[in-house]
Amino acid sequence: MNFIKNLTRGIIKENPTFVLVLGMCPTLAVTTSAINGMGMGLATTAVLVGSNVAISALRKVIPNSIRIPAFVVIIASFVTIIGMLMKAYVPALDAALGLFIPLIVVNCVILGRAEAFAFSNGIADSFADGLGMGLGFTLSLTVLGSVREILGAGSIFGLSLFGASYEPVILMILPPGAFLTLGLLMGLINWKKKKA
Amino acid sequence: MSLIFILISSIFVNNFVLSRFLGICPFLGVSKKVETALGMGAAVTFVMALASAITYVVQYAILEPLNLGYLQTIAFILVVAALVQFVEMIIKKMTPSLYQALGVFLPLITTNCAVLGVAFLNIQYEYNFIETIVNGIGAALGFTLAIVLFAGVRERLESSEIPMAFEGFPIALLSAGLMAIAFLGFSGMKLG
Repeated sequence: MNFIKNLTRGIIKENPTFVLVLGMCPTLAVTTSAINGMGMGLATTAVLVGSNVAISALRKVIPNSIRIPAFVVIIASFVTIIGMLMKAYVPALDAALGLFIPLIVVNCVILGRAEAFAFSNGIADSFADGLGMGLGFTLSLTVLGSVREILGAGSIFGLSLFGASYEPVILMILPPGAFLTLGLLMGLINWKKKKA
Repeated sequence: MSLIFILISSIFVNNFVLSRFLGICPFLGVSKKVETALGMGAAVTFVMALASAITYVVQYAILEPLNLGYLQTIAFILVVAALVQFVEMIIKKMTPSLYQALGVFLPLITTNCAVLGVAFLNIQYEYNFIETIVNGIGAALGFTLAIVLFAGVRERLESSEIPMAFEGFPIALLSAGLMAIAFLGFSGMKLG
């Protein structure tokens, strides 16, 4: 019961992007297409699950006063592992995400969950929390990437939608498009919430 | 000549916040007042210049000779974290008034991805030591410019009427989007 609750909480109710507003840098930077957003989300999910489980398992060993440096080293190790795996198996995606793979280290979602959840909860619950938060992050990045790709390139996941006559709004896949899309989506969600 | 090119390019053309999306968290979080934004910018500039220099030494004097390239991420984040702690202690001892003004923002610099980002970019672009420091300072000045301008915009937003659903983050993001469009203009600059 608790497991399901921990798993689903991160996806909608405490969505890291739209509700908690954490991890903004990768959210804005890599969502130029749906596939990039999804890839970044999944890479972050893998790190988040790994670090949550490891920190939860070590929570009785790590002294309270040096917990933040300890978290950072654990997270950095997982980021290095994921980075190497991506270089080996999905080199194209790794090249597209570039700098933002090593920068998963400083994604506040991950450090935030370590501090707020994994350090004071059991391994199974931390696993569920990490997976849920990660999937919530993936979901919002994929949505953002899809909106920007549909408007900015006229396609989704690389499939052309409107045929050759469509004139894409190139601004949407340029940097300003990221701010505008996220701002409008957040406004839309707030408006829906107020009405409900 | 090429140093000026690096400096201008990292301040305007590839502005860290508005075109590379590094350091968005403090950009959105610490930009409600122009004064605090300036303080944050100054602290970040200091840390970024130092971090660029130290990570350069770590990369070429320790990691590469020992073939430890895969430890780059871990080594760099530790350097940045230690550096921020160190800067915090110095400022606390030397100028307590500045320490009080910056207060909460100082430890937050550790998780500012702009600092770690500039360290990785320096290595990626294969800059030499001087270029590395110039790039670090330029990136930090670009960050300061963006956050101070944005704080000015937000101070005015405070007193304007905004639709309920757009209060807070949404309107801030939309204003940042408009600023980013303005900064797109710099990408037409031909340098060098």
